[in-house]
Amino acid sequence: MPISFDSALGIHQQALAVRAQRTELLASNIANEDTPGYKARDIDFKSTLKNINYQSTGSVSTTNTKHIQNEMGNVGADILYRVPNQSSLDGNTVDGQLEKSAFSENAIRYQASLTFLEGKFRGMLAALKGE
Amino acid sequence: MGLYNVFNISGSSMSAQSVRLNTVASNLANADVVSSTEKGVYRSRQPVFEAVMDALNGDGSGVTNHSTPSVRVAGVVENNAAARKEYQPEHPLANEKGYIFKSNVNSIEEMANMMAASRSYQNNVEVFNTTKQMLIKTLNMGR
Repeated sequence: MPISFDSALGIHQQALAVRAQRTELLASNIANEDTPGYKARDIDFKSTLKNINYQSTGSVSTTNTKHIQNEMGNVGADILYRVPNQSSLDGNTVDGQLEKSAFSENAIRYQASLTFLEGKFRGMLAALKGE
Repeated sequence: MGLYNVFNISGSSMSAQSVRLNTVASNLANADVVSSTEKGVYRSRQPVFEAVMDALNGDGSGVTNHSTPSVRVAGVVENNAAARKEYQPEHPLANEKGYIFKSNVNSIEEMANMMAASRSYQNNVEVFNTTKQMLIKTLNMGR
């Protein structure tokens, strides 16, 4: 009977992928803190995870050069725009403190997912070895 | 994988902020430069940032990634405000009417600019280090 990794590892592998994509998005926000006209973006983590459970992710098939590939095609996350707290003359909506704290929290949760994943693998190894 | 692109993004931002710091240093160094004509006076310079929307994706898939742009310096522009005129007939560079033209650098503005640039640079260094640690931990998973 083949081992189904999907059911053994649970939600953690998809959570890890979404966290990685979110890291990239937040890093881009922090890098563009001073760019005029740049709008800050983010992923809604909870709703993305819920949607992953109900459908298989995949990228849009493009058969014509004019077809637009969906953004971040491998996870299918919806990228939303942040609502700015303060208006700014140059059109930049990045709040430096907010982005930094979101980035730190995301990094810690990524490592938490990594730790859980490692724990699951160890459990499977222990079951295989019969200890 | 998304995380490798972060190095490119943070690196581009560190480079852009260092250009900004260079222009601040140049402005502060030339703040007291004097000229006899309005045209020859030193004008303060600022870099203009823009988000790079057309870059290829880091994993070589050839798909432009519009949602995580890096930053680049589009150019360095000069401040075209009027130069300050002062009446100093004994100055060696005074023109025939006795006026010298001073640069339009505002030192306080440049200091504030320098602090903002250095703070932004530090933020990006932190992003870089945190992502590097995340990747190393991922590679060491299960060891």
